[in-house]
Amino acid sequence: MAKVELFVNGRAVTGEAEDRTLLVHFLRENLGLTGTHVGCDTSQCGACVVHVDGRAVKSCTMLAAQASGSTITTIEGLSASGELHPLQVAFRENHALQCGFCTPGMIMTSVDMIRRHPNGLDEATVRDQLEGNICRCTGYHNIVKAVLDASDKMGKGAVKAA
Amino acid sequence: MGVEGIGARVLRKEDRRFITGKGRYTDDMSVPGMKHAAFVRSPHAHAKITGIDVETAKKMPGVIGVLTGAELKADGIGNLICGWMIHSKDGTPMKMGAWSPLATDAVRYVGDAVVIVIADTKGQARDAAEAVDVSYEELPVVVKTAEALNEGAPQLHSEAPGNLIFDWDIGDEKATNDAFAGAAHVTKMDIVNGRLVPNAIEPRATLGVYDAGEDHYTCWTTSQNPHVARLVLSAFYNVAPENKLRVIAPDVGGGFGSKIFIYPEELICLWASKKTGVPVKWVADRTESFLADAHGRDHVTHAELAFDQDNKILGLKVQTIANLGAYMSLFSSSVPTYLYATLLSGQYDIPAIHANVKAVYTNTAPVDAYRGAGRPEASFVLERIMETAARELKVSPAELRRKNFIRTFPHQTPVIMNYDAGDFDATLDAGLKAADYEGFEKRREEAAKRGKLRGIGLSCYIEACGIAPSAAVGSLGAGVGLWESAEVRVNAIGTIEILTGSHSHGQGHETTFAQLATERFGVPIESVSIVHGDTDKVQMGMGTYGSRSGAVGMSAVVKALDKVEAKAKKIAAHLLEADEADIEIKDGDVRVAGTDKSLPWFQVALAAYTAHNLPSGMEPGLKEGAFYDPSNFTFPGGCHICEVEVDPETGVTEIIQFVAADDFGKIINPMIVEGQVHGGLAQGIGQALLEGTHYDDTGQLLTASFMDYTMPRAQNLPSFNIMTTETPCPSNPLGIKGCGEAGAIGSPPAVINAITDAIRNNNLTMPATPQTVWNAIQAAK
Repeated sequence: MAKVELFVNGRAVTGEAEDRTLLVHFLRENLGLTGTHVGCDTSQCGACVVHVDGRAVKSCTMLAAQASGSTITTIEGLSASGELHPLQVAFRENHALQCGFCTPGMIMTSVDMIRRHPNGLDEATVRDQLEGNICRCTGYHNIVKAVLDASDKMGKGAVKAA
Repeated sequence: MGVEGIGARVLRKEDRRFITGKGRYTDDMSVPGMKHAAFVRSPHAHAKITGIDVETAKKMPGVIGVLTGAELKADGIGNLICGWMIHSKDGTPMKMGAWSPLATDAVRYVGDAVVIVIADTKGQARDAAEAVDVSYEELPVVVKTAEALNEGAPQLHSEAPGNLIFDWDIGDEKATNDAFAGAAHVTKMDIVNGRLVPNAIEPRATLGVYDAGEDHYTCWTTSQNPHVARLVLSAFYNVAPENKLRVIAPDVGGGFGSKIFIYPEELICLWASKKTGVPVKWVADRTESFLADAHGRDHVTHAELAFDQDNKILGLKVQTIANLGAYMSLFSSSVPTYLYATLLSGQYDIPAIHANVKAVYTNTAPVDAYRGAGRPEASFVLERIMETAARELKVSPAELRRKNFIRTFPHQTPVIMNYDAGDFDATLDAGLKAADYEGFEKRREEAAKRGKLRGIGLSCYIEACGIAPSAAVGSLGAGVGLWESAEVRVNAIGTIEILTGSHSHGQGHETTFAQLATERFGVPIESVSIVHGDTDKVQMGMGTYGSRSGAVGMSAVVKALDKVEAKAKKIAAHLLEADEADIEIKDGDVRVAGTDKSLPWFQVALAAYTAHNLPSGMEPGLKEGAFYDPSNFTFPGGCHICEVEVDPETGVTEIIQFVAADDFGKIINPMIVEGQVHGGLAQGIGQALLEGTHYDDTGQLLTASFMDYTMPRAQNLPSFNIMTTETPCPSNPLGIKGCGEAGAIGSPPAVINAITDAIRNNNLTMPATPQTVWNAIQAAK
């Protein structure tokens, strides 16, 4: 058994887990944070994306023990104030979700994408950067719109045609 | 239309929980004492089971139970069944082989469940499953659709000699042959519609809880139709009587057909919960989903289309072999028959059609309905052969279609369907204009200068939704009626709950169904809640598939709203001392028309419950239920146009534009309809370009993960250019046709028509991967 100490969504948590426990399972089963989802076994679908020390990480690619000492943000902790994050708003306003299963991972990936592109995003970049997140419902059309919308509204402005 | 009523782009009420991580999916459920299941599955595609040794596994850490099919059978649990009877052309009933939820004597595909292991943790259950020793004697294997009927092919089921499940006909063979005899031109094609894996992003899961005190079962499950699940689990599989079995389908992460069917796992977990005395949860991993979810499509077809000298269609002949896999899944038999061949007339006036469908067993995963279910296969056959015929006849593909359009309604096709309404010119015109079809040759020339092969392809599809008139499908072999139920409960303060037998797993019912009540009574949408997915809350329903929730589910809501409105008006007329006929309900007020006399809506509701002053003899309360049984199918149709550029050096296809002009009849929420079309297009384009299911010759599934099976990703798809036209459906009160599957039905032929136009080689199978396309380019040189 491994001792796991994390700072999750602004709260210090400790727990014990089998050595082989993945971070996603620790979050879901030990902490009850079921907003982070498991959609595959091969780190392809991205439904499990959380932020580890501020960067988007597929929480199925990391052991819980390996994450020990890290600061984690999950979808539940994205809007700490109770007010929705601009990406959450953009996903709703652009109908960027249907069944909702991939949505937490999509949003967490997109938050990181916008952070990494302070000068704004264009459609091709968004499509390219969503490579690690699979959605079966939306055809991505409205997800791309939502990310661009949020990027705009977060004050960074879309890249103007050069 | 109000801002929240019919036709409004109302943002979804259900979104808040999903965007904040508060959705409640089956795997999120936890009950005290819950344990975890893993299944031992067959590693062989075909083998005799010669022994099952569970003793080592039983002694593993954390193990609570290791159960086999023999124990299941001893407890009287029944075999899995197909609920739609098809008769062969010689009158004999389909030949259904036995499907034991846990295999006892033989396994017939890789992934066939053999043993269930229950342990404290998921990891322990898997470890112990590894320790179960099943002895097999391998048998020869048949995998390919076209080989299942071959002389000497390995036999799967003794009940089905030659692997033939049924040999079914539709249409008039003699009339069709006669039509061909006078033809000026006949186009002939061999067409393969490959096998697909549905891949909802939420894997299937179930939690079975047996309560010994009440002798009662609860089944949480990833289902599109919890009531049908309860009915089948109860009536056919003998788990428990319906009043002792509650089925809950909470938030469900996509279905696309694959979550309609009753699979072995939920049945076994319920039984195992009683057997072991603990709640049992099972969640599929993705590879299990690939192996053991019902797959889709898998047809091999030969088609011939006859024209007269004026390019009018004289007749269509179709012969199809449909692969149903190793066992007959719940609705598998209906897909390649009544959901397929009845749509072979498409948008065209075809005087004579004859189709023959042979359904076969192979050592592969069971095949059943997947988004479109039969209708994509029909539109692929017809729209590929129409485009091909236009090329052979050297006429415009658009004009050849237009020349043959049906323009008078109702129109009786030679294959059962009676089209009630449509305007195929309107969707074709809209599509051609949006795609600038006329300007294409210039774009082709421009692309050629850049060394690219540019092509354009059309698809004018029709489908049948609003599934389905119960008596009609009953006469065709369905084991269930396909009506829908609804109950409208107005609470004492005027808020409303609508209970529906439809199930939302992404379609947005919590919003669109509420829009109906908002439209009717002018109440804010926040005051309307939708209740679904729980057999303890909703009495009965048939669930969501076949684009039926709008046309059938909402029609039931409308009927219940009619009854509530009528009673509310009676109460209001009594309170306002007016004639019932003069009462109108608008903007949250109940008024006497043409006067200033009115009551707020909530006061009418309150009056119904205080019952202090009701019309003489009226029962208290304001709650009404309704069942709606459709009188006809609905017929959405449209025109999809795809324009591609192919790089001849690499075979890589880029979609330059994709236009979809669809006629869905009346639309309740355009935002949600657009989302449905986007998703359908992604699945159709995925089939055309990316998704291929490959079994090797020994029956091993080579594409059993997202590393191997190419799911469409954002970078594979364009933004879509979609639009709608509207001819209301005359057979239901809202005029709705349905929109959930159209994208997946119309798009594959448009994509393949475009690529084959670009590379000038019509011999191209899906998925049109770069390798396939490059080979086709080389072959055409």
